[in-house]
Order: sequence, then C-alpha cells, then structure tokens
Amino acid sequence: MRPELQFFPPAASTLANDVDLLFWFFVVVCGFFGLLVFGLLALFSARYRAKAQRYDPNHAQPLWLEIGWALPPLAVVAVLFVWGAKVYVEAYTPPSEALEIFVTGKQWMWKIQHPNGKKEINALHVPLGRAVKLTMTSEDVIHSFYVPAFRLKRDVLPGKYTSMWFEATQTGDYHLFCAEYCGTDHSRMIGRVTVMSQADYEAWLGGGEQLLSLEERGQRLFNQRACVTCHNGLPEASGPDLVGLFGSERRLSNGETVTADVDYLRESILYPTKKIAVGYAPVMPTFAGQLSEEQITALIEYMRTLKAPEAEGATP
Amino acid sequence: MIEANPASNYLGAAHGLRSWLLTRDHKRIGVLYLLGVTFFFFIGGAFAVLMRFELATPEADLVASDTYNRLFSMHGIVMTFLFLVPSIPASLGNFLLPLMLGARDLAFPKLNLLSWYVFMVGGLFTVAAAAFGGVDTGWTFYTPYSSTYANSNVMLAAVGVFITGFSSILTGVNFIVTIHKMRAPGLTWFRLPLFVWAHYATSLIMVLGTPVLAITLLLVAVERLLGVGIFDPSLGGDPILFQHLFWFYSHPAVYIMVLPGMGVISEIITCFARKPIFGYKFIAFSSMAIAVLGFLVWGHHMFVSGQSVYAGVAFSMLTMAVSVPSAIKVFNWLATMFRGSIVFDSPMIYALGFIGLFTIGGLTGVFLGTLGLDLHVHDTYFVVAHFHFIMVGATVMAYLAAIHFWWPKIFGRTFPENWAKFAALMVFAGFILAFFPQFVLGYLGMPRRYHIYPDEFQMLNVLSSAGASILGVGYLIPMVYLLGSLRIGKKAAANPWGAKGLEWKTTSPPPVENFETPPTVEGDVYEYKNPHVVRPPEVTLARG
Repeated sequence: MRPELQFFPPAASTLANDVDLLFWFFVVVCGFFGLLVFGLLALFSARYRAKAQRYDPNHAQPLWLEIGWALPPLAVVAVLFVWGAKVYVEAYTPPSEALEIFVTGKQWMWKIQHPNGKKEINALHVPLGRAVKLTMTSEDVIHSFYVPAFRLKRDVLPGKYTSMWFEATQTGDYHLFCAEYCGTDHSRMIGRVTVMSQADYEAWLGGGEQLLSLEERGQRLFNQRACVTCHNGLPEASGPDLVGLFGSERRLSNGETVTADVDYLRESILYPTKKIAVGYAPVMPTFAGQLSEEQITALIEYMRTLKAPEAEGATP
Repeated sequence: MIEANPASNYLGAAHGLRSWLLTRDHKRIGVLYLLGVTFFFFIGGAFAVLMRFELATPEADLVASDTYNRLFSMHGIVMTFLFLVPSIPASLGNFLLPLMLGARDLAFPKLNLLSWYVFMVGGLFTVAAAAFGGVDTGWTFYTPYSSTYANSNVMLAAVGVFITGFSSILTGVNFIVTIHKMRAPGLTWFRLPLFVWAHYATSLIMVLGTPVLAITLLLVAVERLLGVGIFDPSLGGDPILFQHLFWFYSHPAVYIMVLPGMGVISEIITCFARKPIFGYKFIAFSSMAIAVLGFLVWGHHMFVSGQSVYAGVAFSMLTMAVSVPSAIKVFNWLATMFRGSIVFDSPMIYALGFIGLFTIGGLTGVFLGTLGLDLHVHDTYFVVAHFHFIMVGATVMAYLAAIHFWWPKIFGRTFPENWAKFAALMVFAGFILAFFPQFVLGYLGMPRRYHIYPDEFQMLNVLSSAGASILGVGYLIPMVYLLGSLRIGKKAAANPWGAKGLEWKTTSPPPVENFETPPTVEGDVYEYKNPHVVRPPEVTLARG
C-alpha cells in the first residue's frame, strides 16, 4: 500500500457498509445541530451587539419553550440509539454456520489458528463472501483485535474468550491493529488481513506442509495428558462423559445450571474445582500453567466434535 | 503595590511566605491552588509537546516506544488528576464561593488549607514517579497490565493519584456544607448564582465518586505488591472488574471537569449579554441531572471490552439521555444572547469559544455513545479528539474565561484587553487545527497510544502537530500579560464589567473579611438591565 493521503477508510465487510451508513446519517443530523448552534451564535453576536437599538430584554421565559427544545434532541438520540444498538448486537452475534478461526493475542503479536491446523502470525487470511467468526483470547494482558476496513473490533482478554464476526466483501490487504494499550510495542502489534476469493482461499489453506487439524491435535493431547483415563464414558469413570457435552446444559453440584460453552470448558480444564458437575467428586487436577492457549483451543475443538451417539462414529 | 489602605485587602494584610503557607483565608488558598494547578498544567503540556513532535512522523524517530508510552501516561495522569479535576473548583471555586454566598469564609478553613497540602503532596508523588523513570500504564491504569506486567513506577503514580483524591473529597465536603449553611440572609436556593449550583453538583460527584477511585487503586496495589488475585485472571481475578470500578469514578470525573466550566459560562454570558439568564432553573437542574446521570453511564467506556452485549445496550441508552441536559444548557445560553445587548470583552470571547468547542465535543460524544459506531471508533483518535474537545478545549476555555473575568477581583489589576482577545482567538483556532484532524484519523482507524503508524496517516498528524504548536503559544500568551499586569496593570474598579452577584459588591481585591458589612440579598441574582432600551417590546414575534 503506497503512502497517500486518505480521508476515508476502505470498506471491506458487510458491517462496514452498515456502520458507514449510520456514520453519514450521524454527520448529517449532528452537523445540522452543530451548524444551528454556530449559526445562532454568529447571528446573535452580530445582531444583538451592544449599542444597536434594542427592545426590552426582559421578555417571558415560557415553559413550553424549555420543554419544547429538549424534545427534538431527545427524539433524535432515541432514533440514533436504536439504530446503533441494532448494528452492534448483530456484529457480536455470529451466525451458527460461520467459519471459526481462533485468535490468540500476546505481547506483542497475533497468533491465528485455522480449523485445519494452519497457523499464521500477524496475518489473517479469510475467504470473500463467507461469515467468519473469530474466537479470541489473550495469553497475558488485554489486547483488542481491530480491522478498520471491517469497522470492527473487540477486546481480547486473558482468561476468557470473546468473539465477533464479519463477512468480507472486497478482496485485498487491510490493516490489523491492536487497539487496547498493551505495553512497550503496542504500536507494533499490527498485522494484515487478506481477503481472498473462495478459490484462492482454498488453495492457500491447502498449501504448504500438511498439518494435523486442530481436532486431531486436540485428540492427541487428550490421550497424551491422560484426560481419557477419567473422561472415558464408562459407568464407573470418575469424570463426566464428554460426548455430546458441548453446547449442552450442565447441572452443577451447587444446584446451578451452566451452558457448556468455550468459556466453561476452558475454565474446567484450568480450574476444574470451580464448577463441579452433579454426581462427581472434585478430583481433577488443575492444568493451569501446563497448557498453552493454543493447546486449550485444540482440546476444546476436539471436545466440540464429540457428538452424541446418534451422530455416527463418535467414540471417545 | 496597592495604594489605598493596603492592609485592608487580603493580599496586603500580611506579607511573607509564611503568611501564605499558613493562611486559612479561602481567597489566599484559592490563589495557592491557582499557582499549583497552573504549574501542573504546564508540566502536563510539556509532555504533550514532546508527543506531538514524535507524532509528526510515522516512525519512532524522536523517542523510543517505552519513552513515548511514559509520555502519554504522564500527560494523562498530570492533566486529569492534577489539573482538570481541581482546575476551576479548587482555585476559582475556592476564591468565589464564600464571596458569592456573602460569607466570611468556607465552613472549614483549616480543612481547606489541608486540602491544598494534600493536593501538593499527591502532586509531588506523581512528579516523582515521572522523575524516577515514569509510569507507562496510561492514565487509565488498566489491569492486568498495571497490576502484573508493567515495569514502571506504577505504585508511585498510583499513590500520588490516591492522595490527590483526598483533596477532592475535602474540597467537596467543604463546598457542600458551605452552600447549605452559610448563605447570606435572603439568599435562597433559587437566588444562588449558577456558578454555585454547578459547584454544588460537582462537589456531590467529588464526595461520592472519589472514594471508589481510591479503593480501586488500593486493590491494584494489593495485587501488585501482595500478589492477591483481584484483577489478573492468572491469579483468579477478573480484569473487567477493574474497568467497572475505574470508570464508575472516572466517567463522573469528566463532569467534575466540565460542570464548573458550565457554571462559569452561565455567569459570563448573562453579564455580557446584559440580560438575565434564560431558564435559570433549567440550567440549575440540568447540572444536578448531569451529576446524577453521570454515575449511570460508566459502561459506555466498555462497549467493546467484552462486557455483555445487553449491558452495552443499557449503557448506550443512558448515555444518550445525558446529552439532553447538556443540550438544554447550550440552548439556554443562546436564548440569553437573543435580544441581548452583547459586549465582546475578553471573558465573553473565551465564553463563546467554550460554547463552540463544547458543542463539537458534545455532538461527537453522541457518535461514541452509539453502539454501532463505537465498534469502529472506540480506542481510536476519534475518542482522543472527542474528549480533548470537552476536557481541554471547553474546560480550559472556561478556566481562561474565568481567570479573565475574575482577575480584576482577585488581584485588583486590569490586563490588556486586546492581547486577551487575541489569545482567545489563537487558542480557539489552534485547538480546532490540533484536534479536528484527529476525528478524521480516528475514523480512518488510527488507534490511540500509537506513535508508529501507517504512512497514509502522516499528513493529518502533521496538521494536528501544527495546530498544537499554535495552541501552545495561545496558552502561553495569557501567562505573560496576566503576570505582567500584577506589576504594571492599572488598579481595577470594584466592578469593572458591570456584573451582578455579591462578589462584585465588595472592593477589588476584597478585604480579608470579604465584606465591610455582611450583605443581605433581596432580589434575583441576574438583574441585568439593557442599557440601550429605546422602546417597549412589541407584541409581534416576527423579528425572531
């Protein structure tokens, strides 16, 4: 990208068009109120300067005027609020069929894992015209994954997953910035998002050496770390069966119910005694400090594929 | 220096450093604060100058990353906690509140002096943090960076801010009690100057909000020094909890910074329009509404932080609501000018500058309060531009307006009007040039706290740096002629602007006991009369 003076960023996602439309609407509405204030300031300053002939200034201060001029701003911000909220809720609610890519932030780089096992650093390749969901976490401090051309960002937190999604509409290379201050090289924690046509993307994804997919890596870890010793689905097992677990409602020993989502699984691997499934003893050792964020991601990805028995062929 | 009966006014009543450092006179303490906050303003400004130089090029060629991170952190910490929060209330509020109320002093004069010492000690800790290598967490101290990862003087700076907070609390308590208990006979609540109403609202925020900041910093210290897991997830804490606590104070703190300025503008607009203020009660209550609503909107700093989407929606709605009382104030100021007889003396020029910059800052705040737009512009230069328009553009404009308006009262001297007007225009133009390009940069996607940036952002950054230099000179000019006026300025009359309000009914500078005889109040505060009325009002509204 050659340096050139820019006044408006490229728009490369469906969200970018929504946000830009909202932005221009704001510019018009707020511009109107701004010009009104500046215009009246100038007009009154010119017209009512001292020494000009003047009426008695002690005119009435009617209540209807006070209430009346509060109503237009109230109505306007109500409209702006509803529209803005709609765009926001959609941007943070990924569609279920979205392609899921995992992002790990650390001081000061972005690590990306694709479901087929392909890894990138400070670069993200995505296909055109397909919903992409980013599931993100951090190894250290808070970062924020920001792609201006998509008009989208969300903070990337340690100890928790956050997600957002987009659908790219223009092929090309775009800036990736860390938007949350994270220490020394914050302004070097940047990268490039490359939007490719579906065919180019498939070729890119399949290129290079053949790697284990995330799921396969997860399965290997599951055996290596001896998870399978207890989580084996046998009746006398000391750990709960993990088949069909992902996305289900779990009853806990304290009477609460939680959804087995990525955050729950992550927490149960690292801090197993925090939430105990009903009917089990808190005997699982902690894996905090023993697994990298990427390994945890792989394990979760593996557990996600452990479907209930009617989905054929799933044996732990 | 003061010819007639020098011993009778507060400046001439006693001499020597000791008489200032041990004074319990609210006027002298106000002057001490004026010196203190102005000193810190120029320290914070020096950090900004270095930052704007560095930002003139896309590479890190003036300072290294660690240095730059310390510069913006120290700039933010000094400007926020040592200048903006105490700026108008502690200096001018201190000086003027008892005068406006017709009182002899604040309710607790010794507490008042203590607050200044607490402030200066806190300030020294913060300056020491800078001197011993700086702090690099940003003024926001976000965890777990500040509590676990940062290797800079986090504790020294945090202790400084922690201590300074107590001076805010002491000042707030003092103001609240004084306004309740020490009003002159006849000075009912609805005869109070709007400056007093604004300071009442501000004091409530100081007293209710500041302890939360103190607790939050204490928790950071506990985690950093003792390793107790509060905010760091690797110790079992929650980093978002810090943000909730921090913004529960720091959003209302924005109103600590801007409400007193609004009070100043209300005084000045009505005086120089020669017309009673329009919508007195609405302006008074809008200050209170802003103070109350200000406590309910902290989550709008966290729309993209990972807090729940529904929390974001609720906070956005409440944020939108705050824009209404702010709009009411602007409309009432305009209506006050309508059919007035406006005199453009220097305080009025500064006040008009305030309205202009506050309007731009307020309207762009609506952009940020909107969830769908915040997705894109959060943590970019759009935010930097917005809050500088409110907290620096508007608040410093009001601070200068107030200093010019009450300078003859405080020091008994007049300053050169033409220089004052020139400086006001320079500050306004420099400010717009410095910060308007940052809105464009923000929408382009330049993140805040970046000193290395893509080449295509350079031109706008150069414009911004150029504007900042003009702004810097604009801020220095008043220093020169105001200080000069102390030596060569003409003696000021008791009421040089023809203003109403009790502070103008005593001499300039006021006597130690404020009034020769304790005043009583019989009418409304803003009984301005148009000097140029030539005929009675006509019934028709067609002229408007």
